[in-house]
Amino acid sequence: MSDTAEKRPGPHKPSGWAVPGGDPYISIQNVTKRFGEFVAVDNVSLDIYRSELFSLLGASGCGKTTLLRMLAGLEEPTEGRILLDGQDMVGVPPYERPVNMMFQSYALFPHMTVAQNVAFGLKQEGMGKGEVEERVEQMLGLVQLGRFARRKPHQLSGGQRQRVALARALAKRPKLLLLDEPLAALDKKLRESTQFELMNIQEELGVTFIVVTHDQEEAMTLSTRIAVMNEGVIQQLGTPSEVYEYPRTRYVADFIGSVNLFEGTVSGTGAEGMRITAPEAGIDIHVDAGQTDARAGQSVAVAIRPEKIAIAKQDDKPSQGENVIQGIVDEIAYQGSLSIYQVRLADGKLVRVTTPNLTRTAERPIDWEEPVWLSWGRHAGVVLTS
Amino acid sequence: MSAGGAGGLGARLRARLFSQRTVVLLPPYIWLLLFFLAPFVIVLKLSISEAAIAMPPYLPILDWADGLIPDFTGTFYNFSFLFTDDLYVVAYLNSIKIALVSTIACLLIGYPMAYGIAKAPGTWRNALLMLVILPFWTSFLIRVYAWIGILKNNGILNNLLIGLGIIDQPLPMLHNDFSVYVGIVYSYLPFMILPLYANLAKMDESLLEAAADLGAKPWKTFLAVTLPLSVPGIVAGSMLVFIPAVGEFVIPELLGGPDTLMIGRVLWNEFFHNRDWPVASAVAIAMLLFLVVPIVIFQHYQGKTDEAAS
Ligand SMILES: Nc1ncnc2c1ncn2[C@@H]1O[C@H](COP(=O)(O)OP(=O)(O)O)[C@@H](O)[C@H]1O
Ligand SMILES: [Mg+2]
Repeated sequence: MSDTAEKRPGPHKPSGWAVPGGDPYISIQNVTKRFGEFVAVDNVSLDIYRSELFSLLGASGCGKTTLLRMLAGLEEPTEGRILLDGQDMVGVPPYERPVNMMFQSYALFPHMTVAQNVAFGLKQEGMGKGEVEERVEQMLGLVQLGRFARRKPHQLSGGQRQRVALARALAKRPKLLLLDEPLAALDKKLRESTQFELMNIQEELGVTFIVVTHDQEEAMTLSTRIAVMNEGVIQQLGTPSEVYEYPRTRYVADFIGSVNLFEGTVSGTGAEGMRITAPEAGIDIHVDAGQTDARAGQSVAVAIRPEKIAIAKQDDKPSQGENVIQGIVDEIAYQGSLSIYQVRLADGKLVRVTTPNLTRTAERPIDWEEPVWLSWGRHAGVVLTS
Repeated sequence: MSAGGAGGLGARLRARLFSQRTVVLLPPYIWLLLFFLAPFVIVLKLSISEAAIAMPPYLPILDWADGLIPDFTGTFYNFSFLFTDDLYVVAYLNSIKIALVSTIACLLIGYPMAYGIAKAPGTWRNALLMLVILPFWTSFLIRVYAWIGILKNNGILNNLLIGLGIIDQPLPMLHNDFSVYVGIVYSYLPFMILPLYANLAKMDESLLEAAADLGAKPWKTFLAVTLPLSVPGIVAGSMLVFIPAVGEFVIPELLGGPDTLMIGRVLWNEFFHNRDWPVASAVAIAMLLFLVVPIVIFQHYQGKTDEAAS
């Protein structure tokens, strides 16, 4: 435990995390899991490093839990292998792995008190009574449940049960903690505060976390890196800002945050940029060069995030020459900190634009059915080939 | 109170009486009243009557001779009589011993079976459950009778053991306590297996996985998680075996020896051989009171677990 503490990447910075050199702590190599004919996890390879807070993100049913269960030893891979700290884990039963899991359903023992639940794993280790009590107290303090030590799980609220499950999984000080949708049952406010708590705990204990979630915001908030899964396949792997700013596939662009996708064909490439003819937009879209090796004539999609598009009134035409289109405001959603506009283009395509509400009242607010200009820079568009 | 208020109360009372809940509960209550409470009252009345050589063989407990308020002419002698002859006490104690040992044997045999069925793959489960229920398709009497053929001196089992050279003299397996135990365990085993199976089948698999994940080896998981969580099933199964086994008559009659003393047999003798209906009824009432205690414990436990589950 002590040497991992030194290698920790320091204060948690989602966008600043870089893959360290050296051996990965967990190495998932060409792992496939089939249930009969059905392929739940399809040839996944993944390296995860010490003290990472790694997220597996994907829609429900994409195989996240199955992958996690293979790490815990509750399921054996059909093909491939999993190395933990360089040691092959295939065939090692769950009770011999230095890994603990927080179950999606919490799986708290209903006949035991909160304290007994937390103590369960420690007793299996043969830890002395006094030490167990001390550790249980410490863990319950960590999740702020000291007062509830003698309650049974059914006497707790959903949020409290989730904390007990976390304390129980952490009590053994596992080197690797697996969390399956840990916050799914919580309401928004509690979920946000618990996310930060999780991050603090992770930093405090230096444990490697793998978190499964279908909530992209949660993954972005928590993680050092995110693997986006779809239908058993990892679509993209990267830091939160990488997967957000540089999605590689339409699926990832669409799944993470919201995005405007324009289908089109490459009509020109050059050192200064790429030109894509997009009939849906009614213009040629210009993007920065060097994003992809797509050739002229290839069909691609351009992804543009709503917050990277500027919106202006009819008499305020942007001065730039490219990436400017006209449309009519179809819908406005005021969300407090920002406003979302849905703008209808000439051929009917709807474009989403968000602008922060920097002042309390805009001088000349944009109204429903008002003609507007939309514009964005070359850096805004991301070219997707798949 | 105003007339309107009273009308409201009446309406509420009516609403309550004829609420859906009442309608649903009424048939079972009528059933219990007719087929449980009425016979019980009759037996209770018999038990405090005086025996007589007559037809029926007892005297009325109420004498309506002088006027509107009848005289009580019954007696509690039948109950005190149960304690004057040690036959009854010994028979009670022996019945309890036999029922207890049989219950434990059923539990030891039934638990692994229920566990195995609950863990079996889906397609096997129904087939195995079918096998457990299958004996009910033949008459209980015939099945108990069949054991005579298996256990008697030149029966199937003795012949097999002699044929295999394991023994050279037939073992005395029939008409003793052993055969009574065999009969009771055999007959009541399904009543142990079914509630245990129901309990084990709905056991949350993720709890066992969580235990394994926390480092518990399979047998530790069984002792610390499966076993305690199956206590309601154990209690239910044990009650279903113990209660009828105490009053069992057919099995000791067919398989037991002359000195296998069980209260069911004593009751039968009082009723049909001695024609002492009042004492026989007192035996029955005493047995009932005796069995009410474990039932109440069971109910209490059930109530607590229901509470915990909700
Ligand atoms: N034991 C199993 N038997 C058959 N199919 C399974 C089993 N476990 C999971 N699956 C299937 O594998 C797919 C992935 O499941 P899962 O990993 O639980 O998804 P996720 O956690 O991403 O929602 C689902 O389609 C699910 O139905
Ligand atoms: Mg899942």
